[in-house]
Amino acid sequence: MSEHSTYTPNNAVEKWFDDRLPVVRFAKEHLMDFPTPKNLNYFWTFGAILVMCLGIQIVTGIILAMHYTPNVAMAFDSVEHIRRDVNGGRMIQAFHAVGASMFFVALYIHIFRGMYYGSYKAPREILWILGVLIFLLTMATAFMGYVLPWGQMSGWAAQVITNIFSYIPIVGTPLLELLRGGFTVGNPTLNRFFSLHYLLPFVIAAVVALHIWALHVPGNNNPVGVDVKSSRDTVPFHPYYTMKDLFGMVLFLIPFVWFAFFAPDILGHPDNYVMYNSQVTPSHIVPEWYFLPFYAILRAIDFNFLFINSGLLGVIFFGASILILFFLPWLDTSKVRSGNFRPMFKWFFLIFLVNFIALTYLGAAPAEGIYVILAKICTAYYFIHFLVILPVLSRIETPAPLPTSISESVLGKAHA
Amino acid sequence: MTVQKVGQLTDRLRAAAVDSARADDLWGAGSVKCRSTGIRTLATHTEHSSTNRRDFLYIATGAVGAVGAAAVVWPLINQLNPDASTLALATIEFDVGAIEEGQSVTITWRGLPVFVRHRTAAEIEEAKAVPLADLKDPETDEQRTKPDHEQWLVMIASCTHLGCVPVGESGDFDGWFCPCHGSHYDTAGRIRRGPAPKNLVVPPYNFVSDTLVQIG
Ligand code: HEM
Ligand code: FES
Repeated sequence: MSEHSTYTPNNAVEKWFDDRLPVVRFAKEHLMDFPTPKNLNYFWTFGAILVMCLGIQIVTGIILAMHYTPNVAMAFDSVEHIRRDVNGGRMIQAFHAVGASMFFVALYIHIFRGMYYGSYKAPREILWILGVLIFLLTMATAFMGYVLPWGQMSGWAAQVITNIFSYIPIVGTPLLELLRGGFTVGNPTLNRFFSLHYLLPFVIAAVVALHIWALHVPGNNNPVGVDVKSSRDTVPFHPYYTMKDLFGMVLFLIPFVWFAFFAPDILGHPDNYVMYNSQVTPSHIVPEWYFLPFYAILRAIDFNFLFINSGLLGVIFFGASILILFFLPWLDTSKVRSGNFRPMFKWFFLIFLVNFIALTYLGAAPAEGIYVILAKICTAYYFIHFLVILPVLSRIETPAPLPTSISESVLGKAHA
Repeated sequence: MTVQKVGQLTDRLRAAAVDSARADDLWGAGSVKCRSTGIRTLATHTEHSSTNRRDFLYIATGAVGAVGAAAVVWPLINQLNPDASTLALATIEFDVGAIEEGQSVTITWRGLPVFVRHRTAAEIEEAKAVPLADLKDPETDEQRTKPDHEQWLVMIASCTHLGCVPVGESGDFDGWFCPCHGSHYDTAGRIRRGPAPKNLVVPPYNFVSDTLVQIG
C-alpha cells in the first residue's frame, strides 16, 4: 500500500493515539486521500451502493429478528404480525424484502461492469475472486432469508434447492438429511436457516473488507483500463468520490424506496402469502428473479449424458455456471482491459448480456415447448462465451490503440 | 514472517552467536529470537538441529491435533442430522380399507407425503401393458406393488427430480404430473417423460393384515 503516509498528527493527543492504534491514519490514507483515477464513471459508484445495501439489510434484519419467530407453526404469522402490528414494521419488512432485490440489481451491475472493463485481469484476480465469493454468499443468504416467511414459495424453494444436493453421488442423501435436519424440509430446517441467515451477512461483511483491501493494493481499474502513471491521473477519494458515491446512492435509493413505499410485494410472488403446505406444491413455482438465469440452466439439462443422469448433470451445469466466474481471469488472456478498446469483445459482451437476460426470462417461463429448446441454446451459449469465445478473442482480436495515460484520455482531445 | 526471512534471520543471528545457551535448553538447538519482536521461533532446518526428532514431533503433534479437532467438530456437525423426535416417526400403520377404487389419499410418513392409491382395473392393465424398453427407469408393475394387493400403489409423493408433490390423475400417461418442471409419471408411478431421473419411490412397507399397511 501507499509507502509515504499522508497523515501527520495535529497534536500530542493524536500522536499519542496514533503511536498506539493508527486507525485515524488508516482512515485518512484509505478513505480520504486514497489516489483514485480521475475518469471513473457512474458504474464505479456501485461498490459504495453495495456497501449501503449490506448496511440496510443488516440494520433492518436485526430489527426483524426482534419480532420474528423461527418456528413452522408461528413463522408465517410472525411475519404478518411484523407487517401489521409492529410499529413501523410494514416499512422495515418492506425495506428488507425489497432490499434483497435491490442488492442483486447492484450486484449484477457491479459484476457486469467488471466484465466489460476487464477489472478481473492482473493484478486484480484476487479482488475478482473475492467478489465472486461475496456473490455466492449473498445468494446463500438471500435463499435462506426467503425461506423464513414460511409461505408456499419459501417452503418449496427450500425443498427444491436442498434437493439439488441429493444428486451428489454417494453422500447425496445423507448430506441432504444433514442439511434439512429431517427427511424433508421442516422445523429443524427453518430454525437453522434462521440462524445461518443471521450469521452470513456478517461473514459477507468480513469478505467485503478483504475485497476492499485487495482493491487498495493495486488501486481502482478505470474506464480506459490503462494503469495510473502519475499523480496527474488521480484525484483524492475524498471529496471527489465520496460525493459522487453519495450522489449515486441517492439515485439508487429512488427506485428502492419507490418499491418499498408503493409496491413492496410486486417483486415477490402471491403464493408466498399462503402458508407452506408440505402436501401440495403450487402449480407454478419460480425462484426469486435474481436466481432465474441459473435456475434456467438447471432446468435446461433434462437429458442423460453417458453414465451421468439428467439430475446430476443439471446440478453440474448449475454449479459450473457460477464457479466458472472464478476462472474468468485466466480464460480471457487479452492484455487490454477495457472493452472500449476491444472492437470484437465489445459485441460479444453485448450478446452475452442479452443471452443472460434471455436466461432470466426463460427461468420464469414454463418448461415446455419452445422455451425448453431456447433454454438449451442460451445455456450452451453461456458456456461457449467463457470457454471458447473469450480465449479465442484474446488471440485473434487486434485492439484499438490505447491512450498513453488516463490524463491523456480525459484531456487529450482538448489539447490536441 | 516467511520461512525465507526466518532463514535469513537465523543465519544472521547464528553468525553473531546471540543464541543463549538457556534458550537452547528451553527451545532446543536452533531456536532463534527475533530481534524486533522478541518472539522466539523455531529455526528452519540447520545442520545443528536434530532434524529427524523434530520432524517426528511436528508430525505427531499435528496428527494428534487433527484427530482432536475432528473429534470436536463432528458433534458440532452431527447435531444437524435428524434428531430423535424426527426419527421416532419412522414407522406408521395405516388402514387402506376405507379407500374406494379410483380414490387416493395422501398420508404423512417421516414428514414426507405418501400417496396411497386404490387403482382401477384399467389402470393396472395400462401399467402392465407398458414394455420395459419404453421406461427410463425400468421396473415392472409387480416390482412396484405387493403380491395379491396389486390394486394398492404406495409411493412417496416427492417428484424424483427436485421433490415437488406431483398432481394425481393427470399428465400424458394417466398417472401423475409434476408441475414444477414437467415430469410425467404413469399409472404405476414410473417416470415416462421430463427431467426426473427415477420412478416415484416405493417406501419399505408391507401388509400386516389384509388392509393394514405398515410403512417404514
Ligand atoms: C446479505 C444480506 C441479506 C439479504 C440478501 C437478506 C435477504 C432476505 C430475504 C430475501 C428475506 C425474505 C423477505 C420476504 O420475502 O418477506 C429475508 C427475511 C428475513 N431476514 Fe434477511 N437478508 C439479509 C440480511 C439479514 C440480517 C443481517 C438479518 C438479521 C440479523 C436478517 C433477518 C431476516 C429476518 C428475521 C427475516 C424474516 C422476516 C421477513 O420475511 O421479512 N436478514 N431476508
Ligand atoms: S420437481 Fe418435479 S419435475 Fe422438477
